[in-house]
Amino acid sequence: MGLTLTWLSVIILIPLAGLFLKTLDLSLAQFWEIITSRRTLNALKISFGLSFAAACVNLVMGTIIVWALVRYRFPGRRLFDAIVDIPFALPTAVAGVALTQLFATKGWLGAPLAELGIKVAFTPIGIFIAMVFIGIPFVVRTVQPVLIDLDPEIEEAAASLGANRWHTIFRVIMPSLTPALLTGFALAFARAVGEYGSVIFIAGNLPNVSEIAPLLIVIRLSEFRYADATAIAVVMLLAAFVIIFAVNRLQRWAQARVPAH
Amino acid sequence: MSLQTSLISRASALPKYAATTDLAITPPAREAAGRPRAAAASRDLRSEPGPVRFIIIALAVSFLTIFVVLPLVVVFASAFSKGIIAYFAALAEPEALSAIKLTLLVAAISVALNLVFGVIAAWAIAKFEFRGKTFLITLIDLPFSVSPVISGLVFVLLFGAQGYFGTWLQARDIHILFAVPGIALATIFVTFPFVARSLIPLMQEQGTQEEEAAISLGASGLQTFFRVTLPNIKWGLLYGVLLCNARAMGEFGAVSVVSGHIRGETNTMPLLVEILYNEYQFVASFAIASLLAMLALITLVVKTVLEQRLDEGQTRDDSGDH
Repeated sequence: MGLTLTWLSVIILIPLAGLFLKTLDLSLAQFWEIITSRRTLNALKISFGLSFAAACVNLVMGTIIVWALVRYRFPGRRLFDAIVDIPFALPTAVAGVALTQLFATKGWLGAPLAELGIKVAFTPIGIFIAMVFIGIPFVVRTVQPVLIDLDPEIEEAAASLGANRWHTIFRVIMPSLTPALLTGFALAFARAVGEYGSVIFIAGNLPNVSEIAPLLIVIRLSEFRYADATAIAVVMLLAAFVIIFAVNRLQRWAQARVPAH
Repeated sequence: MSLQTSLISRASALPKYAATTDLAITPPAREAAGRPRAAAASRDLRSEPGPVRFIIIALAVSFLTIFVVLPLVVVFASAFSKGIIAYFAALAEPEALSAIKLTLLVAAISVALNLVFGVIAAWAIAKFEFRGKTFLITLIDLPFSVSPVISGLVFVLLFGAQGYFGTWLQARDIHILFAVPGIALATIFVTFPFVARSLIPLMQEQGTQEEEAAISLGASGLQTFFRVTLPNIKWGLLYGVLLCNARAMGEFGAVSVVSGHIRGETNTMPLLVEILYNEYQFVASFAIASLLAMLALITLVVKTVLEQRLDEGQTRDDSGDH
């Protein structure tokens, strides 16, 4: 017991406390100046904006994938079910170099896209693609168990009461999935905001254009501007806390909605 | 020598992987057997018209193929683009060997420590009631939701030259940052939740009855743990260790911040992938990346097997209860 708390303190609590102590070195005005400087603001905008867009794509595509995996039988279904976990399992640096190679102007997908005049690698679109890749398992894996456990009788009841399939899906099934969908969305968003390895290779890392906030932290650290790095980290950490809080509330909401069996 | 043979045996694991998954497709899906309620008659009510079904399956399959399968294929295609000899030559480079060694060392340290403390933490949370439990759980979950870069940053702030312990450490010539201890610490931080998280639900479900019975029959605390608790949680424990190890070997962001990128000394495999890639040594970079990708694939296969074991354990418990 005491041992656990000591270990947790040494490994997690003390380092995090150090982070907040370091921000106390800064006056509020200094903190504000760092956070609102053009480059920081742009990096935060890129990280949060693109993560939001990627999480939206994950929400839509994740729902489609979950539906196909749970409701339909097709050859290779189990294989594709296992494939969903690859973005979880693949080390981020490997994902980063692979996506870059794939979407570079001479890559398998980059070349045809370049002919259409779309440049993906080393642009914000590349960041977006990497974030979509990293986020897809979150939506699928949170929604999947809920859809599997969904009572078939409510659908049958809706159908026998005269609702067409479209109505049944959007009025009966989707509302039951909403908490899980939102949780998956929030988790995908949180992961994309903090993601580093799979993004930096494909990003191009041009300040103000394609530079994500985690990379700016690394750059400030390498310049020994610890205060700057810490200020950005604190903003991201607070955002992460808000997301964890939201996810916990969502899960409580979901539990409250499920009638006791 | 032994390293090369182990690499070959790892490479041959790939077709085996494909074979096992092919086999896995053929038997009817598990859920189908579990829900006889969804009889043929209700099928029509609970399904969509054929064309819609086709479009949804096509969308799902093509999305996963483009975004997930193709990147994986690119890793192996690029690694072998100059032939097998170039591939193994790249892996036999001293720099590559030292990165592999360092990665194995760091993973061993962090898995061992997180195994011990993960079990204790899960034990404390699942079997006892105390104040601040929710706080403890949040603390354990934290590394999951924090950017890996921030996980590295906190150790720089503690042990860096300008950090809180920096001058003290410098005076005593102790190297933590830009050395193995720093890399290990950052990895432990990032991988801390895995073991505890996979054990807590399992231990909570099992309750304390069996332990209480053992103790009332005269077993000591340690005996109870090794004879009663441990056998009950072994699959969950393996599951946690598996995921912990995969993350420990593949961690990039946190390690990148604390490593200092000293060639041949503090570069782990993911860091070497980055360095070689940025130097346009694509074959070498993807050769190392292919090892990590194989690790990920093997992890996924073992994970699927363990999940089945865990499911079986649960259904056995259920049938025993009722």
